[in-house]
Amino acid sequence: MKRNTRKPRARAVEMETRSRPAQKPRGKINAYFTHHLWVLVSSLGQLWRTPFSTLMTTAVIGIALALPAGLHVLLSNVQQLSSGWEDSAQVSLFIKQGVPEKRIQSLAEKLRDWDGVAEVRYISREQALAEFRELSGFGDALDSLAENPLPAVLVLRPTLTQAEPVPMEQLLERLRRLDAVDQAQLDMEWVRRLNGIIEVGKRGALLLGALLAMAILLVVGNTIRLTIYARREEIIITKLIGATNAFIRRPFLYTGFWYGLMGAIVAWLLVTVFLGLLSIPVSQLSSLYDSQFRLGGLAFITSLSLLLSGVFLGLVGSWLAVGRHLQAIEPT
Amino acid sequence: MIQFDNVSKRYPGGHEALSGVSFHIEPGEMAFLTGHSGAGKSSLLKLIALIERSSRGQVFVDGQNLSRLKGRHIPHLRRKIGIVFQSHNLLFDRTVFDNVALPLIIAGYHQSEVGRRVRAALDKVGLLNRDKAYPITLSGGEQQRVGIARAVVNRPPLLLADEPTGNLDPELSREIMGLFEEFNRVGVSVLIATHDHDLISRLDHRLLTLSGGRLARDGRTDELAASA
Repeated sequence: MKRNTRKPRARAVEMETRSRPAQKPRGKINAYFTHHLWVLVSSLGQLWRTPFSTLMTTAVIGIALALPAGLHVLLSNVQQLSSGWEDSAQVSLFIKQGVPEKRIQSLAEKLRDWDGVAEVRYISREQALAEFRELSGFGDALDSLAENPLPAVLVLRPTLTQAEPVPMEQLLERLRRLDAVDQAQLDMEWVRRLNGIIEVGKRGALLLGALLAMAILLVVGNTIRLTIYARREEIIITKLIGATNAFIRRPFLYTGFWYGLMGAIVAWLLVTVFLGLLSIPVSQLSSLYDSQFRLGGLAFITSLSLLLSGVFLGLVGSWLAVGRHLQAIEPT
Repeated sequence: MIQFDNVSKRYPGGHEALSGVSFHIEPGEMAFLTGHSGAGKSSLLKLIALIERSSRGQVFVDGQNLSRLKGRHIPHLRRKIGIVFQSHNLLFDRTVFDNVALPLIIAGYHQSEVGRRVRAALDKVGLLNRDKAYPITLSGGEQQRVGIARAVVNRPPLLLADEPTGNLDPELSREIMGLFEEFNRVGVSVLIATHDHDLISRLDHRLLTLSGGRLARDGRTDELAASA
């Protein structure tokens, strides 16, 4: 800028020294991070000043995140439970009626030497009846029967290496050809079916998650849109005094960040509380089944991805709103 | 500092707010812009701050051709221009200090530098003791002085004012004009749009008079008093 010649020389010199940019580059970068930190904190302060609407938005995001996350945790639990059962796959050999007990005992001895058979347990007709009476609660009904209707059973536990599907089929085929055997049944089908159902459930949880993620984008986007219009004056004024779009965008992006983070924390709390409420009846139930199964909580990695997806959705939602609505606000 | 070359501004709908305006304001010069309502004063100021773009002709600010300036460079142009508004345009949810600090924060100044400069600017407009007050608690004249402090805190080479004394009584108006003259004395170019003839006729500066979108007269303020 040229000095006006009418001005006293001393003034011109003073102006020269004062208007020179006094900032070092490092100071600028420092100031940049300080500013980011400041916006981060002040956007949280803005949310704090409107606790009711903040709470509403956060709760909506929290519930929307908690649904798929909770479903995922439950399904993972069921899967873990059933994978324990898969190891204990067993074959029940139902012995034909009238085969004498001695022959069954020797058959059991013979089967113990077979490849792929780890263990054979003999359940006599009397034992089967006693077990059934105890577990089913139909004891009185059984008393009215003249004869024990239950067959004797040999329970085979295949060795683990033999638990692959194909050798298992071969083993079953050989067992079925035995004279004394009425029926050989692999007690694992239902585990596979359950796994199939769990897979369907997991896919469903994923789709539900995608749907709810979109809902979160809309909720955050709409909230940010309202904030933008509420602060329209401020945006115009800051634009007039030289704010870049990035500067104006920043507080709204951080607001989205906070919404996402707080929503994810709410979701985490919801899931944790729900699992906590479920864990006592579940462990009671599993003790009824003589199982050591305990309901697993949110794993660290699941918690982390929950938080990250919350933050991500908050940021994207606000980015979409800001991109769409900020350009429209220009000073006139 | 400001150069208009045959500038016209036509709004959608056909209303021509400015037609064929040419003038040049030197660096360090102080000038008034006057004319009746609708004569094009506001439009002219808007073209300088690139709030609007000219339909024809070229506007130069600090040597930059504004018709070639891309949208993303507008913020950097505006940082060179301190603007004082009739309606003050203060942010009412922040303190006086934070209002004045805003241009510095936008420009990315360091915290310590911000504090120093804000206090210097508030001191200059005589409001150093009100830095923690909220604008709503200030009188109209005080609010305007906060607006001026904000406009000069960044030490821009150019100061624009749109009816800065519009809502103020004559004594306050003189005070405000005195402030502008002070800034001009340290080398800032000043352009003030006003219709307050009584006020400007007492000051000796350049006077641009708009009438119906045309530059009707370009002279000195004392000639105005003589012709009135």
